[in-house]
Amino acid sequence: MSDVLERIQETPLLQLSMQQAINRALGEILEADDRALIFGEDVGVLGGVFRVTDGLQQRFGANRVFDTPLAESGILGTAIGLAMAGFHPIPEVQFDGFAYPAVNQIITQLARMNYRSRGTLPMPVTLRVPSFGGIRAPEHHGESLESLFAHVPGLKVVSPANPQQAYHLLKHAASMPDPVIFMEPKARYWNKAGVDLTENSASLEGAVIARPGTHATLIAWGGMVSRCLQVAELAAEDGIELEVLDLRWLKPIDEAQLAASVSRTRRAIVVHEGPRTIGLGAEVAALVSQSCFDTLRAPVERVTGFDVPYPSGDLEDEYIPNIDRILFGVQRVLEYRRG
Amino acid sequence: MATRALDTLPLRETDAGDLTPDQLRDLYRILANVRRLDTSAVAWQRQGLIPGYAPMLGQEAAQVGAGFGVDKTRDFVFPTYREMGVAYTLGVNMVGYMSTHKAIWHGGLYDPVATHFAPFQAVVGGSVLHAVGWAHGQTLNGQTLNGTAAATGGTASASKTGLGVGLAFLGDGASSQGDVHEAMNFAAILKAPVVFFVQNNGWAISVPTEQQVAGGSVAARAAGYSMPAVQVDGNDVLAVLDATQRAVAHARAGLGPVVVEAMTYRRGPHSTSDDPGRYRTLEDEKIGGGEDPLSRFRTILLAEKVADAAFFAEADAQAQTRADEIRDGVVALTSRPGSEMFDFVFQESTPTLGAQARQWREESEHV
Repeated sequence: MSDVLERIQETPLLQLSMQQAINRALGEILEADDRALIFGEDVGVLGGVFRVTDGLQQRFGANRVFDTPLAESGILGTAIGLAMAGFHPIPEVQFDGFAYPAVNQIITQLARMNYRSRGTLPMPVTLRVPSFGGIRAPEHHGESLESLFAHVPGLKVVSPANPQQAYHLLKHAASMPDPVIFMEPKARYWNKAGVDLTENSASLEGAVIARPGTHATLIAWGGMVSRCLQVAELAAEDGIELEVLDLRWLKPIDEAQLAASVSRTRRAIVVHEGPRTIGLGAEVAALVSQSCFDTLRAPVERVTGFDVPYPSGDLEDEYIPNIDRILFGVQRVLEYRRG
Repeated sequence: MATRALDTLPLRETDAGDLTPDQLRDLYRILANVRRLDTSAVAWQRQGLIPGYAPMLGQEAAQVGAGFGVDKTRDFVFPTYREMGVAYTLGVNMVGYMSTHKAIWHGGLYDPVATHFAPFQAVVGGSVLHAVGWAHGQTLNGQTLNGTAAATGGTASASKTGLGVGLAFLGDGASSQGDVHEAMNFAAILKAPVVFFVQNNGWAISVPTEQQVAGGSVAARAAGYSMPAVQVDGNDVLAVLDATQRAVAHARAGLGPVVVEAMTYRRGPHSTSDDPGRYRTLEDEKIGGGEDPLSRFRTILLAEKVADAAFFAEADAQAQTRADEIRDGVVALTSRPGSEMFDFVFQESTPTLGAQARQWREESEHV
C-alpha cells in the first residue's frame, strides 16, 4: 500500500527516508556536542547494517564513532561507564532481539544509576534499537520490546513514526539527561517523506494527532502509525472519520492528549505489534478507562500481536495487525451496544 | 615477598619507591581501623542497629593494599558490596558508606563523584564494565575529539602525566559472570586503562573456588586477552600494594588493562545472614585463612623496627575510637524522606511520576 499522506507533503521540505533522517540527526548531534559518541556492532566502517550511521566514522573519526566487539551487555556497560566519565553515549543495539543480552545492564544499571547515586551520576544515554517487525528477518529480528522497557523505572521510551519525527525526536532524546530507549521502526527505514528541519522542541514532548477524526481514536506508535493512517483513509471512504493518535513517547505516555482525544471520539482502539498480554495496549486501555469512563461508548479495543513467539517471515503478516484486523477492531467499537 | 604464582606484568618496578616509616605506620593504622570497623559492623547487626552487613574479615590486606595504590585525585574505583576496606582507604565518608547497610539508600549516602568511589553495587560483576567505559573515557579525554582538544571531564590533573585508571573490583564468584568476560575483552580491544582487581577469597557464599573458577585462577585467563596479570598473596599488604602500583602504572602509561588477582580468604560469613557451618568446618577456616594479615604486617613492622608494641596499642585504641565515632554517626542516621523515592528516578521527572508522587503525598501525610 502507498503512504498517501506522507507523499502529499508539500515541498520545499527535504525528502528523506527515516534512515537518512536519523543519519542526518546523528551527524548534527556529533557536530554540536563533542562529548557525544556513537558505538555498537558494525556502526563504524560499515555504517551499520541499516546504514543508519553511514559516513559518520569518516566524518568524525574512530574516536567518536567506533565498532565494538559483538557483545550487547558490553556495549551497554561501556556506555554507562562513559556516561560516568562525562560523555553522552549513543550506542546502537543492532536488532531488538539483541537487546536481550543487554537487559541486565539496562535494568540493573543504566536505569538505576541516577537513582542509586542520588542524581550525582546522570545517565544521558540514548540507546538506538532498530525495532518491530515487517522485514522477513530471522528470529529475534522483529520484536517489540516497548512493554519490557516501559515497565522499568528510570527509562524513557520513544518511537518515531516518520522521518520528520525521527530526526527531531532523536536530537531531542540525545539532549536529555536521562536514559532513552529510541525504538526505530525498521520496516519504515526506507520510506521517504518531507522533513522540516526547523521544528521547535516544545512539540517534541508527548503524543501528536497524526490525523484528526470524530468517530473513534486509533492509538498507535512506530510502524503501526502509518498502517493506522491507511486504515483511516479507507474508513473515510465509508464515511467513518477515525482519529489517529501517535503516542510517540511510550514512557511517559501523554495521558492528557490520550484523554483529550478519546473524550472527543468516545471510542478507542489501541494497535501494537507486541503480544497482547501485558502489552502497552493494556496500559493505554487502563489510562483511557480511568480518564474517559463516563464518556466511553465502548470498551477499549486492542488489535495487537498474539501471545506467541514472533513468527517466521512467512507468517509475519498473520501476526502483525493488518488493515483488515484493525478495521474489524474499529467495527467492534462502533457496533458495540451496552447490554 | 611471597612467591608469585603468576606474574606477566612487564613493569617490574614503579617510581613509587619504598614506603617511608610514616607511610608504613599509616598503612597499619588503616588496616587496624578497617578491621575494627568491620568487626564492629557485624556487632551492630547483632545489636539490631543495621539489618545486614557483608563482612570482609581476612581481606583487609587485599583491600587496603589496593586502595593505597590508587591516586584518588584521578583514578576511579568501581566496587561491589564487600569493598569497605577500599572505601575507607580512599577516604570515603564511612557513615555515608554504612548507610546502605542501614537500609537508608541502596547506593550509600557518600558522594561518588567527589570520592572517586562508585555507588555501592549489589550486582555481582555489575560494575566491571563501567570501569572499562569510564577508563576508555580517560583515553578519549587524552586524545583529540572533533579536531579540537576535548574537555577533560574534571577528573584529569594537568600537572600529572598519564591516564586516570579505572579499578574494577570483583571476586572469584563474579569472575563466572559473562559481563566479566565482556569487560576484559572490551578493555583489551580498546586498550582501556583498567585494573581488574580480583579478590579471590575462596568462596562465593557457599561455593568454593574450585567449583567456581575453572583452572583455579582468574589471572590465568588474562593471557587469552593478551593482558598481563599478577597473582599476588592477598594477605600480604605490601605485596598487594606493589602489585597494584605496578598495574596502575602500566595502565596509566596507556599500555592497556591488567588483571591483579589477590589470593585471600573470606574468614567470615558471606553476610550476617549466612551460616558457613553448613558448608565448611572451623578447621577448614583455620587452614584456609592462614596467618592473619594484620599480625603478618605487625611482624614485618616489628622486624624492621618501624613500630613497637606501644604504637600498635595506640593504633588499636584509635581504631576503636574511630569505629565508635562512625557508630554514633550510623545511629544518628535517619530515614530519607519518602519523596526521595521519586526525586532521583530521573534528572528530568515525568508528568506520570509527578502524579504518583502527588498521590503518595496526599495519601501518606495523614498518617
